[in-house]
Amino acid sequence: MLLLQTILSGVLIGLVYALVAVGLTLIFGVMDIVNFAHGEFLMLGMYSSFWGFALWKLDPLFTLPFTALLLFGVGAALYRVVIRRITDAPMLSQIFTTFGLMILFRGLAQYFWSPDFRSIDQSVLTGKVAFAGLQFGLPQVVAAGGAVATTGAVWWFLRFTRLGAALEATAADKEAAALMGIDAQKMFALAWGLGAACAGVAGALLSTTFPIFPEVGANFILFAFVLVALGGFGSVAGAFWAGILIGVVEVVGGYLWDPAYKLVLVLSLYLLVVWLRPQGLMGKA
Amino acid sequence: MSPPLLAVERLTKRFGGLAANEDVSFNVAAGEIIGLIGPNGAGKTTVFNSLAGFFPPTSGQIRLDGQPVAGLPPERMAALGVARTFQIVRIFKSMTVLENVMVGAMLHHPAVRVATERALSALDFTGLTRRAHDPAGRLTVAEQKRLEVTRALACEPRLLLLDETMAGLTQTEVQEAVELVRRIQARGIACVVVEHVMEGIMPIADRMVVLERGHVIADGPPRAIAEDPAVIAAYLGEEYRAPGP
Amino acid sequence: MSRAVLGRTIALAALGLAALFPLVVTSATWQNTAILMLMVAQMGVAWNILGGYAGQVSLGHAAFFGTGAYVSTLLALRFGLTPWAGMFAGAGVAAALSLVIGWPCFRLKGHYFAMATIAVGEIVQAVVNGWDLLGGAVGLSLPLHPTGFWPMVFNRSKLPYHYIALGLLLFTLLVNWLVTRSHVGYYLRAIKDEPDAARSLGVSLTRYKLYAIALSSGLAAMGGTLYAQKELLIDPGSTLSTGLSIKMSLVAIMGGVGTLTGPVIGAVLLTAIEEASRMGFGGTGRGTDMVVYGLLIVLIAVYQPSGVLGWIKQRFPASAPAAPPAPASPVEGAAP
Repeated sequence: MLLLQTILSGVLIGLVYALVAVGLTLIFGVMDIVNFAHGEFLMLGMYSSFWGFALWKLDPLFTLPFTALLLFGVGAALYRVVIRRITDAPMLSQIFTTFGLMILFRGLAQYFWSPDFRSIDQSVLTGKVAFAGLQFGLPQVVAAGGAVATTGAVWWFLRFTRLGAALEATAADKEAAALMGIDAQKMFALAWGLGAACAGVAGALLSTTFPIFPEVGANFILFAFVLVALGGFGSVAGAFWAGILIGVVEVVGGYLWDPAYKLVLVLSLYLLVVWLRPQGLMGKA
Repeated sequence: MSPPLLAVERLTKRFGGLAANEDVSFNVAAGEIIGLIGPNGAGKTTVFNSLAGFFPPTSGQIRLDGQPVAGLPPERMAALGVARTFQIVRIFKSMTVLENVMVGAMLHHPAVRVATERALSALDFTGLTRRAHDPAGRLTVAEQKRLEVTRALACEPRLLLLDETMAGLTQTEVQEAVELVRRIQARGIACVVVEHVMEGIMPIADRMVVLERGHVIADGPPRAIAEDPAVIAAYLGEEYRAPGP
Repeated sequence: MSRAVLGRTIALAALGLAALFPLVVTSATWQNTAILMLMVAQMGVAWNILGGYAGQVSLGHAAFFGTGAYVSTLLALRFGLTPWAGMFAGAGVAAALSLVIGWPCFRLKGHYFAMATIAVGEIVQAVVNGWDLLGGAVGLSLPLHPTGFWPMVFNRSKLPYHYIALGLLLFTLLVNWLVTRSHVGYYLRAIKDEPDAARSLGVSLTRYKLYAIALSSGLAAMGGTLYAQKELLIDPGSTLSTGLSIKMSLVAIMGGVGTLTGPVIGAVLLTAIEEASRMGFGGTGRGTDMVVYGLLIVLIAVYQPSGVLGWIKQRFPASAPAAPPAPASPVEGAAP
């Protein structure tokens, strides 16, 4: 029973990891750029929730739509101002651009909001959910539910809307998409906006249970990389399933083995998979 | 009788369910020029990539001097004396022309000084000496193609695979390229030439191998090929006739 | 004065400056900054063999730097082995480790390779963190005594560290130079430019990438030993972090990736900027130094990805050759 409880806790946290990774994989799929600053979008989402709560006593759940919009704006603006200039640059300069942004965002957060740990302690979401003899924290359940809903919305958007189809077309073949009259610049900005919004929503969902500090993104970015690689670069569905897998591996591994080696376990699994299947578990060969 | 330099035996290459080459067989004798032709999508480049070691064949065998070599990687094929050029040129853009050729020469002469000498003489042979110290990226398309040939020659191959070396060249440049292939042959190096430019390949080929949809549909001297009804139907078009003697 | 002569003159002047600096400048802070520059430069030059010449961007090189630090320290603590020998033992272990890591990872290309190396680096850090023999998260410390040449411990003056760092940097540059002057260097550049073309010319990608990673990681490990001797305290955070891996590649990109002296220039610049922003803004504890550092990285990566040397080349292109173009070769003329 305890094991089942542990596995399901893994699934819950894995669903949130998946949402962070969905944003990353979206950006990678459309632009072939790995965004090292992705964890910082999550951090900004957390702070957005925190300030809504600290200044106006607004619960992160109420400010969530605003957080999503704000982060969409940040992502799209970042594309317009910086990323646009490196779309065709050598890989090294792409890596270092987003890596520099990561440090810049952390520095800015520290400058404006201090390096202190913050937390939101009076959320509307407290207590436990009991289900068939198992118990889960309400915030964790809501976070997982919110993550599934957001991931599902992104998946639906890509699958069933004209704009989403245009985004997918750009990811598949930029030149062909351009011939069909799709403005690649707009699609890139959209991918960055959506990607940032996903991470921001994940940040908002985690803000009631996680400490909030400028470098919090570091805890998630590595897992997000793993999920993107496991799921297949650019695959939203792949990231989703990989998130569940990794969440379970992490939590169960920490439970059965030493929690200190959770990361080793997850990263080793990642290396094993990319070694055997460089295109990821669900990516096309 | 000694085996031919290259024997392709029932070579088949499938990608997924699609057969790019099906039972392709032909021989190349030492010092011979073979023209490999066929309409777009006939599988010429696939044959090429199999011969150069880039694609392991699904079935069939490739023999070099009678020894089986199918499935060996490109670097082994190069060491065994099979050099190639690429349809879309792949020169080393960050290097000078000379350095590009030195990389080829280093296959058999790793010492930099010897490789430099060999590379210079190869450049002299193909007429690129003047450009030796220019960055390779600054060459014209025709010169880049010539550089690829030079680089391949510096590997001291017995068999040279030329992939559309004449495509996109002007009339004069095609004539120069034809002349170069003749002089390569005079050195005793066999060539397999994939070509779309007919006036380029017809006069110099000892034999032509025609591919259509992955199969060999004809194999013979250029004159005979040009009059072969199957070939005409598949590829050359009714109006094409072999050039007069 | 031709560009080559000018370059050599500048290099000699820089060497002279590096050699004389600690004799002239006696401030401990400045001396320490100079040692730091030399050490960071050495890491960057070591990284450059794999990341710059061969184009395989490793973001996990701290694993090798840390291996060097831990191996020599452990040998010194357990068997009293002099770090001078420990340095080479560390290099050997790091090179062996790099082959084990490189063999599977070289199947991956570009971003995929870079991300796998981050994972490797993080795994090594996490493993050492939990490994009691290596002191876990606390790390290992070396005794302050005995001092002197063989134990490579110097208390009274930092001068010896300066010259060891300079010597190690020169050694690393020498190895690098020898590589570029041999067929291996040509092959690595060929692999970076056009891997398929390199293969068609007989270059085994795996073999030469493995050469590159073994050399690169062995040299990085030697830097690790020096770091351990200078600080006398090593822990996973300071010797195995991804941040350190990033720094090695960062100095290379700042100075000029795939050039001999680029990483040295990058190390001097980066260390100067880091120290200046730390001294200028760091005390506030408000992250201003990170803002400056991050902004600078972004600006360089976006506007000057070929580094300082690339900028010089663009700004001052080599003057047109003085000699008239050579006459067309007779062979070409002979063609009809």
